[in-house]
Amino acid sequence: MSTAFFYALVGVGLFCLGLYTLIVQAHLLRKILAFNVMGSGVFLVLVALAKRTEDALPDPVPHAMVITGIVVAVSATALALTLMLKLAKETGKAELAGEGEE
Amino acid sequence: MEALGLLQWCLDGLLGLGLLWLAWRALACSDLFKAVVLFIAFGLLMALAWVRLEAPDIALAEAAIGAGLTGALLLSALARLRAIQANGTIVIPAQQAAKVQLSRWLAGTILLSAAIGLGYAITSLPPEAAGLSAEVTANLAASGVGNPVTAVLLNFRAYDTLLEMAVLLLALLAVWSLDGLPTAEAAAGPVLDTLARLLTPVLILVAAYLLWVGADAPGGAFQAGSVLGAAGVLLLLAGWRLQPSLAQLPLRLALVAGSGTFVVIALLTLLSTGRLLAFPPAQAGTLILILEAVATVSIGVTLAALFLAAPPGHKEKL
Repeated sequence: MSTAFFYALVGVGLFCLGLYTLIVQAHLLRKILAFNVMGSGVFLVLVALAKRTEDALPDPVPHAMVITGIVVAVSATALALTLMLKLAKETGKAELAGEGEE
Repeated sequence: MEALGLLQWCLDGLLGLGLLWLAWRALACSDLFKAVVLFIAFGLLMALAWVRLEAPDIALAEAAIGAGLTGALLLSALARLRAIQANGTIVIPAQQAAKVQLSRWLAGTILLSAAIGLGYAITSLPPEAAGLSAEVTANLAASGVGNPVTAVLLNFRAYDTLLEMAVLLLALLAVWSLDGLPTAEAAAGPVLDTLARLLTPVLILVAAYLLWVGADAPGGAFQAGSVLGAAGVLLLLAGWRLQPSLAQLPLRLALVAGSGTFVVIALLTLLSTGRLLAFPPAQAGTLILILEAVATVSIGVTLAALFLAAPPGHKEKL
């Protein structure tokens, strides 16, 4: 198994780990962390698969996409954190209301 | 050669397992502060992984954003959350334990099978695939820059970057519209104050270097912009605030300069060549440098403003 596939598999692991946490954890800060881990997993798969060039340089197009993605992810994280703080200020807890609650 | 290969495998193995372990600990440990710190360490390891995957441009961006800025955002949000929830401890309401256990097992099983399926799909891909690297290399001479990643970002796929600048601006507008949140004001100690004074000029210099060198080597507008943003965060942490005279129009001009320049150049190329953001090869280098320089300032200012979360000069009320 080549380096590219190894890192791609680590990326899959990170994505699923993040998605699992996103589902089972209630606290919104934890969900935001989980979302970032999922994003890192996707980026890792993209860049790892771009390395499947024999000895030449890796494919630069996924690299550019991932750089764009990292910047978008940090701005989305900032927005999500502000929304979480706003919710905590209104309701007193940083969790979404579940079924049966108001 | 054999020993070197083995060493690299050990390094890759440790790095991969370390990433998975740090992510797991960050997502599972009960203390939120610990979770955020582990997540910052995770970002630093990601930067190492990018280096191993021959993606130094991404490694630079990840080290500045993934580990630096995201970490600062998370820590400041955590501090403000604790200020809102006066008692400091986050109470997790007791749920029906059996129901929670069941849903955990269910989600775990489904996602484990998803992971196996995705892993199978990835390992069954062809081991060699050049992707678009041949096309990029063939057209690199006409792009005006020598670094293939910068060529893709600001020439071949400049449209993506234009939209990305818009996304950054949109995120900031959304954050600003959610005002009325307390800002965590902490008095800066002498160490932080001195550090900010010493580091800010260095960071500005590093940003300028990354911007200039990005034409031919790893670096570019995003890396330079995030270093500039980090300098801004450091200044904000040390208690510095923008002068009221600069906080209104000049700040807003700096924020929209990146997207504005992009739109103007896009319209000019549309008029002269008939295609949006299709640079004539002779002028491509200059156009890209102008775009990158303005985008760097806008990205830096936007990221620092996202950290502050409220428009400067805005009445900070608890």
